[in-house]
Amino acid sequence: MLIDILMPVLSLGGMSLLFGAGLAFASQKFAIGTDPKEEQIRQVLPGVNCGACGYPGCDGFAAAVAAGQAPITGCTVGGSSVAQDIGLIMGLEAEETQRKVAKVLCAGDCDKATNKYHYDGIEDCVAASMLADGPKECSFGCLGLGTCVRACPFDAIYIDKGIAVVDEEKCTGCEICVAVCPKNIIEMIPVSSQVQVMCKSEDKGRDVRKYCTVGCIACKICERACEYDAIKVENNVARIDYDKCVNCMVCAEKCPTKSIYADFENRRPEFVGMSN
Amino acid sequence: MDYAGKLFLILLSTVLVNNFVLSRFLGICPFLGVSKKVSTAMGMGAAVIFVMTLASLFTYIIQYAILEPLNLEYLQTIAFILVIAALVQFVEMVIQKMSPTLYQALGVYLPLITTNCAVLGVAIINIRENYDLLQTLVNGAGAALGFTLALVLMAGIRERLELSDIPEPLKGFPITLITAGLMSVAFLGFQGLIN
Repeated sequence: MLIDILMPVLSLGGMSLLFGAGLAFASQKFAIGTDPKEEQIRQVLPGVNCGACGYPGCDGFAAAVAAGQAPITGCTVGGSSVAQDIGLIMGLEAEETQRKVAKVLCAGDCDKATNKYHYDGIEDCVAASMLADGPKECSFGCLGLGTCVRACPFDAIYIDKGIAVVDEEKCTGCEICVAVCPKNIIEMIPVSSQVQVMCKSEDKGRDVRKYCTVGCIACKICERACEYDAIKVENNVARIDYDKCVNCMVCAEKCPTKSIYADFENRRPEFVGMSN
Repeated sequence: MDYAGKLFLILLSTVLVNNFVLSRFLGICPFLGVSKKVSTAMGMGAAVIFVMTLASLFTYIIQYAILEPLNLEYLQTIAFILVIAALVQFVEMVIQKMSPTLYQALGVYLPLITTNCAVLGVAIINIRENYDLLQTLVNGAGAALGFTLALVLMAGIRERLELSDIPEPLKGFPITLITAGLMSVAFLGFQGLIN
């Protein structure tokens, strides 16, 4: 009786032991040295494998950095702190990088923008945008069906009144949402910027007025108001040059449709009352 | 029929008539996964030939030296999987050492040979057919050769498919699966080769 149980256990166990010993011997015989830097760099990376660096996952990026093929600042998710850590490992000085966050450039929520039809299909912006450019009258507006929300690996996007909003604190700048948005209205903006044009509509001002109360009507008042030559109207929509913009917020004050967002609460005192 | 003739018959039947991928439908996962480029398909095929032949040898030894004398035939499956897993680990180490490029190209499919049912399948068929040692080796190598043949043919077709005008909904895997089905139908033509 006992032998019936012991025999299979012993024979299988014996075989396993034999193979295990063989493999252990082989692993020493065929050992290959890996670059210790690669392993160290891999340790300081965020490890989300988002692919924003252009390499297949964090392992690929670590290998490329260790081989000197990728810049140490390549990981946008980790930002400058990771770049400094990698710099320590590689013995290089990391340059200070400006953190950029994603921003959905549309303010036309349910109350402000009108729909041309009622969409009842799959809850997905890409699917909706294939049906006559989506339910919104404005073909450049956020559809708010959450394709970017689902794509975001960091849970940094939410839908508020039918518009996707990015949480600046959580956003790591991996740019995945920028790639998936079928309307191409998500842009990477320097985190220090306090003024953004919240509209991407290239329609004529007359048309924009019909369907959205906060759309850019390309009146060029902001262009004339800006003392720093930082805002320009091109293709019927105002664009800010973030290198030139000093966050004086005059354009946002002057904008007749209030399509320029500005963080007035944190406005620097020297700019208050400038527009008068 | 003389012995050599019988060996030849086993080889022919396992490569063409009972091709493991296209007639027995074993090892479909690497067949679809590693058949994008002819060069990687060749590498995978070489690895499978190596693993299958060795696995045939070792499973034969284990079956007739350990399992049968001890009346432990019911442990066949688990013992064979143990052998195959250990062998694949070994092959992985060797390939990583000898050719890192091939190692990269095979990727996850190399450890997947472990669970490749074609390898276990050939080991079990060897025992079921009561082959002797030489016949076992021929059958193992032949099955792997047949697998490689199917893999390389498929890779060649897929390389050309990349460049051809395929209707949008069929691009990628759908057309690959249709191709595999048609290849399988074509291999049915070998059925009449051996009576």
